[in-house]
Amino acid sequence: MKAVCWAGRNSVEVEDVPDPRILNKRDVIIKVTSTAICGSDLHLVDGYIPTMEKGDILGHEFMGEVVETGSGIPGGTLKVGDRVVVPFPIACGACGMCQKQLYSCCENTNPNAGAAEKMFGHPTAGVYGYSHLTGGYAGGQAEYARAALADVNAFEIESDLDDDQVLFLTDVLPTGFMAADMCDIEPGDVVAVWGAGPVGQFAMDSARLLGAAEVIAIDREPYRLRMAQQAGYTTIDFTDADVRSRLLELTGGRGPDKCIDAVGLEATHGATHVHTYDRVKQALRSETDRPHALRQAIMSCRSGGVVSVVGVYGGMVDKFPAGAWMNRSLTLRTGQCHVHRYVPRLLEHIEKGELDPARIITHRLPLDQAVGGYDIFKNKLDDCEKVVLKPGA
Amino acid sequence: MELTGTTTVSRPPAAVYEFWRRLDHLPDFMAHVDDVRTGDGGTSHWVVTAPFGRTVEWDATITDDVPDRRIAWESAPGADVANRGAVEFRPAPGGRGTEVHVAIAYDLPGGTLGELAAKYFGEEPHQQLDDDLRRFKQMLEVGEIVRSEGAPWGKRARHEFPQRPARPLTDEEAAELDLEVSR
Repeated sequence: MKAVCWAGRNSVEVEDVPDPRILNKRDVIIKVTSTAICGSDLHLVDGYIPTMEKGDILGHEFMGEVVETGSGIPGGTLKVGDRVVVPFPIACGACGMCQKQLYSCCENTNPNAGAAEKMFGHPTAGVYGYSHLTGGYAGGQAEYARAALADVNAFEIESDLDDDQVLFLTDVLPTGFMAADMCDIEPGDVVAVWGAGPVGQFAMDSARLLGAAEVIAIDREPYRLRMAQQAGYTTIDFTDADVRSRLLELTGGRGPDKCIDAVGLEATHGATHVHTYDRVKQALRSETDRPHALRQAIMSCRSGGVVSVVGVYGGMVDKFPAGAWMNRSLTLRTGQCHVHRYVPRLLEHIEKGELDPARIITHRLPLDQAVGGYDIFKNKLDDCEKVVLKPGA
Repeated sequence: MELTGTTTVSRPPAAVYEFWRRLDHLPDFMAHVDDVRTGDGGTSHWVVTAPFGRTVEWDATITDDVPDRRIAWESAPGADVANRGAVEFRPAPGGRGTEVHVAIAYDLPGGTLGELAAKYFGEEPHQQLDDDLRRFKQMLEVGEIVRSEGAPWGKRARHEFPQRPARPLTDEEAAELDLEVSR
């Protein structure tokens, strides 16, 4: 079959690889009908996440049709022909973390838990196509993919919604929703969202759905700000405004009640000297992540507010404003999304027309044009917000 | 050499004890243990992989057995690598399952065999016990050892990096793993 493979830093290739096979009794094989490129895939391509190996299949946002089931799939659950979406973190459903619905922290699904433990203190769940530190699972940007422990990790879609409406249940929609959910939004809250990429857009939609009085988007790409504006949000271009001052203006000096970092470790900064400081430290490997958005969110948030982080961080950051965080009673909440927790609820919102995930799709390409898809997404060409790859096309 | 390790399993102490007490389960999750045959009166015969394709064997006896609580064992006199150990099963607080606490001691012989054994356990022998316990937890919570394409070897997943790429196995690779999981 054809699959999108990591070929080294700044290099992806569409290669011929063997078809996937069932490795655990509760696995299923899926014929992929839609799969997307995620902003976090760019962290892999850009070389910021360690333990990638040449030939790894990329992709953790995929859905399709079950074509084979393992012998351990409980009767009455999944069967050949079912249409399913597959959450990006792989959960066992039985360990202490899964029992607390902290699925992305599953204790059993990362075969390389020993290495992850050294890096993070405790291991995290397996993730498809996201380095060997998260297990070395083949990704879903391919014609076929394995869904591991599928009775827990594949959700059947019974309604006739298009792929475009349900594909993002695998990651970016629940990730955006969790960002807003962690904010514990109260009536009258103003929510500021750093990053108007796919996760940021869905964080904004979710904040509004959860009752925010006003939502503010912060980015520098005109087309991304335009997309947020068209959806009804206030926007700030950080290249032509001081973000904190502008946020104070917009909130009568209070500052946003809740701040969401939907940017993560490859942030850019309006001030060249700050960006250069972090970029140099990153190049020297004395800092792995550039936390501009996080710093700014902490400094901007009103006292007693919540800073909710769903942008991806991989290692260490410098100049964390611990004083502002502590003295102003801020709550910092974060996590890789516990997707399984949100899929049923979000599917219902989509079915009722309360969320329109397809609004972010700007590009639909056949799988064999994935290399071009990565290029336009990474370099923000052609107003690219989200690329969906169609293996059947 | 003395090793200790611990993990928490989301099952009641009785279930966790029972799984370990069936000593023939041990090769399912202990990387070095090829075979354990149980005999009468708490005796067992162990076959363990040693460096350079050699195997080491010994007889062991259960010296303490408190159902749902504790199992202790010791190798019989004359073992190539004398060893003893104990595993305790304690209820975790708040219904969080069972804490499993393991302590093992090996009397590594002097001379070449001792050096080889020490080398075999590597610089981080604790890591091997931790990995064994991780797989023990998987057996009880998942029902089998979780495999990825990058690390498809089950209990033989000792080499973490570099691994094979995260892409499907070839027929030859799959045949070596002897997978029988497809319906």
